[in-house]
Amino acid sequence: MTIIEIKDLDFAYNGEAVLEDVNFTVRPKDFIAIIGPNGGGKSTLLKLMLGLLAPAKGTVRVDGKSPQEASPCIGYVPQNVHANHSFPITAIDVVLMGKLAPKNRWSRRSAATRREAMAALERMEMEAHADKKIGILSGGQRQRVFIARSLVARPKLLLLDEPTASIDTKGQADFYRLLRELNQDMTVLVVSHDLLVVSRYVKSVACVNKKLHYHDQAEITGEMLETMYPCTVEEVCPVELVAHGLPHRVLMDHEK
Amino acid sequence: MIEALQFDFMQNALAAGLLASVICGIIGTLVVVNRIVFLSGGIAHAAYGGIGLAFYFKWPYLPGTIGFSLFAAMVMAAVSYTVKHRADTIIGVIWALGMAFGIILIDMTPGYNVDLMSYLFGSILTVPRSDLLIMAAIGVMMTVLVAYYYQDLLAMSYDEEFARIRGVPVKKLYFGLIGMLAVTIVLVIQVVGLILIIALLTIPPFIIEKYAKSLVQMMWASSLLGAVFTVTGLWFSYRFNLTSGASIIMVSGVVFLISLVVDKIRVAALKGR
Repeated sequence: MTIIEIKDLDFAYNGEAVLEDVNFTVRPKDFIAIIGPNGGGKSTLLKLMLGLLAPAKGTVRVDGKSPQEASPCIGYVPQNVHANHSFPITAIDVVLMGKLAPKNRWSRRSAATRREAMAALERMEMEAHADKKIGILSGGQRQRVFIARSLVARPKLLLLDEPTASIDTKGQADFYRLLRELNQDMTVLVVSHDLLVVSRYVKSVACVNKKLHYHDQAEITGEMLETMYPCTVEEVCPVELVAHGLPHRVLMDHEK
Repeated sequence: MIEALQFDFMQNALAAGLLASVICGIIGTLVVVNRIVFLSGGIAHAAYGGIGLAFYFKWPYLPGTIGFSLFAAMVMAAVSYTVKHRADTIIGVIWALGMAFGIILIDMTPGYNVDLMSYLFGSILTVPRSDLLIMAAIGVMMTVLVAYYYQDLLAMSYDEEFARIRGVPVKKLYFGLIGMLAVTIVLVIQVVGLILIIALLTIPPFIIEKYAKSLVQMMWASSLLGAVFTVTGLWFSYRFNLTSGASIIMVSGVVFLISLVVDKIRVAALKGR
């Protein structure tokens, strides 16, 4: 039984290969991090799983179905929690968007749906902010609202794209603890730069740099990094590796 | 103002202004939140090409102008949908081309030439009853369409990617929105003029956006605010014998500036707390 199954996938953008020969399966209840350099194809892979992009070759199956068909059981938390802060929408209305089903347009806003949305906000401890405009919330609070939006459809799979970009370091630890809790009910897949934080919370790791390398444990090996982040003279290596003993520890090089 | 309303033309002007306010309140809200103000300006100016065509070939005004504007609008929609980062340039080109095309066609049309000023500022004081009926019909049609697709429009405007994932037909909806915008602009232009329509499309929704908590709220509040601007502007125009369209825009502009100042003070007060 697999929740995500990708077979022999190729994807090219403007004639340039972004992903090549990717084979990838994720078992249910996994907590997996996708890491890799910028432009390595992480976000593209996520978009393929969401059905926003179609592969040039190969197949993507989510929960045994095509991504479009599986859409109701995928929760998605996007990377940027929207820049337009004056958009007229309240937190609860953002969450209700997660219940969107264009097939039945008239019967969308029942009291029951609203209760479900409220429950999702409560789970994120955001119920007090339900009727506030999304723009006046802090980055971290907005993030929680967006997770509530993805949870309200009761997904089997939760996909998060760089979720900690708008949260401070302490918030990040809380955030990953929260994901670990959610992981008890669903598969969680998180795209991240932050190797250190990730390696502490996830169950497995996949490295994406045109090709995909899957690692069944929450450790990042030196060999894995060398294949994933090849440092040539022309390229600036994005990651500095400090490896002593097992499991290997990885530190990000933040000075760019 | 009350005695002014004894005149038929004043009653019609008022009705036309109110109808335009409501239509612009609804569509303008979607224009502002989807950031297609520039595209709306492009459609409104390119529409002049349609007016030129209709004159030159002696076509009836509405089908000729709407046909041409829809064509220009769909080109702009396609460009802004596929190559977002280049959209403004290409819209600018269509904007200028459409207008020049219209002016040349009108130059080449023998006999009576339409006045460019009446296209820019409309002739709200000479609106016939039949145009009022057309505007009312469009207003109703648009309200129904927007109500039916409300959730989809909301999702598309707020988070297009998410809407797509949830199966909202984003592409159809976007082209539909711009088609509706083109028809609206052409119909309302002959009544209130291109400059007033851009003002009514953008100024009330922009003022309201900061205070509204939902798109519906923003739509009806913008319609109401637009109506207040129109009535006040018409009063000034009647009282001081000024051009009606320009008076309405001046009123809107003054309130717009006041709202900016109020907002600055409000933000400062929030920070000071």
